Amino acid sequence: MKIISKIYIALIMVFLYAPILVMVLFSFNSSPSTSVFEGFSLHWYTELFSNSTVLTALGNTLILAFSSALFATVIGSSAAVGIFSYKRRWTKSAIMSVTNIPMMNPDIVTGISMMLLFVFFGKMLAMRNSLSFFTLLIAHVTFNIPYVILSVMPKLGQLDRHLSEAALDLGCTPFKAFFKVILPSISSGIVIGFIMSFTLSLDDFVISYFTTGLDFQTLPLLIYSMTKRRVTPDMYALSTLMFLTILILLILFNFAQSRANRKKAKT
Amino acid sequence: MKKVSIGNPHVATPYVIWSVIFIVVPLLMVAYYSFTDANGSFTFENISTIFQFNYLRIFGESILYAFVATAITLVISYPLAYFMTKTSLSTQATLMLLVMLPMWMNLLIRTYSISNILERNGIINTALDMLGFEKVQLINTPGAVILGMVYNFIPYMILPIYSVLSKIDNRLIEASSDLGANGLVTLRRVILPLSMPGAVSGITMVFVPSVSTFYISQKLGGIHNELIGDVIEQQFKLNNNYNLGASLSLVLMVMIIISLAIMNRFASDDDGGVIV
Repeated sequence: MKIISKIYIALIMVFLYAPILVMVLFSFNSSPSTSVFEGFSLHWYTELFSNSTVLTALGNTLILAFSSALFATVIGSSAAVGIFSYKRRWTKSAIMSVTNIPMMNPDIVTGISMMLLFVFFGKMLAMRNSLSFFTLLIAHVTFNIPYVILSVMPKLGQLDRHLSEAALDLGCTPFKAFFKVILPSISSGIVIGFIMSFTLSLDDFVISYFTTGLDFQTLPLLIYSMTKRRVTPDMYALSTLMFLTILILLILFNFAQSRANRKKAKT
Repeated sequence: MKKVSIGNPHVATPYVIWSVIFIVVPLLMVAYYSFTDANGSFTFENISTIFQFNYLRIFGESILYAFVATAITLVISYPLAYFMTKTSLSTQATLMLLVMLPMWMNLLIRTYSISNILERNGIINTALDMLGFEKVQLINTPGAVILGMVYNFIPYMILPIYSVLSKIDNRLIEASSDLGANGLVTLRRVILPLSMPGAVSGITMVFVPSVSTFYISQKLGGIHNELIGDVIEQQFKLNNNYNLGASLSLVLMVMIIISLAIMNRFASDDDGGVIV
């Protein structure tokens, strides 16, 4: 039984990583082929860094991910606090149902529904291009907010209500009590919400595809237009670099977390 | 005692306004475009167009492909998640990381890489050729599309099942064997029912993106395996027929809601024979 389970786990891991290994291997290919490996070279990496389209798209992606995550975190966190203190149950559940819509709906429906909104109002205002960086930003903020709310909500649930009572008794204004007592205790949820938003935005293709203007291209959109033709391994080089970055970040994150846990265990 | 509230309800107001404008109104827009023509006058034509054989066939195929992909994903993931819970805690953490890591690779690149393996001059066929076998047609088949769905969305199935399984109280399993149940009966009567919520959320998270995909079918299915996502994409990006595109999306949305409702019915049946 032990052996069978080990073999099974190993097989699934091979399945999960085979396409990624293929990608990494062929990013070092000396020929433009993506199926026959002819020799090791760093040619495609140097090619990549001299390609201004790729670098612009990378910059755009990071700007979009950072700004949409920031807006989503601010709006989403305050929404979570506000919704949590709603007294009427039905308003609470109505808002949470609306919040669930972008997470349950397929991306393509979310994308086209927003595109239709922008096109409709663009037409009403007689704008020539109704889609732009701003529509893309609005779309990203919209699909990010629910994830922020859902990561902050549980932290609010775990809060000890007596803490804020104590702060008020000790002479804090409600405003000050919020920043001194509540905000520090939900900050981990806020940070997780921000990171989730950032990565979701970084990775999104479908919703961006329908809501961006012609003048703003992100990395996933660039990859899409590149894969419409036969691609050369420079795209694989790009993906390999992205993969390595994420791997290193995750390892650091895990390391930091286990260290923090050990510290906690000591005190 | 008066309950002290944690914050002011009014801080949610910006979000409430935002969600109405950018979540609710866009859905109404989909409905509006579905029932109007290019000039904005009311019509049923878009909806009636969908009920032609061609579109119905594509809808049917999309559901079929997504259903098969979801079923395969479930059958593969369940044992994996179960075996994972039997390993040591540090191994579990590493395996979790390994399952999640591919999700951070862009779906487009993962899919492209699969097409690279399956292509006519791809890795499998090149290897077969070198070994003296004949080339086989792998890409542009229904199997390739389903493989792409399984590959891309399998982490969404593994993770929720694993998280439910790892929380099952071991004493329940001991109690079951004390009461004379063998391993298989314990699995069927105790572990499976308790892990149902994880399986249900896994099924949802695999089925919804599978049924609505357009990139996977474009890249791995060629022109003969068009899914509903491809048709919608073409209406918006090629034909500029927003009205038909909107009504296709509306039907897709309703269809997904119905499918999930049916599935939830099955899942809440206590003896519902889902797997085994």
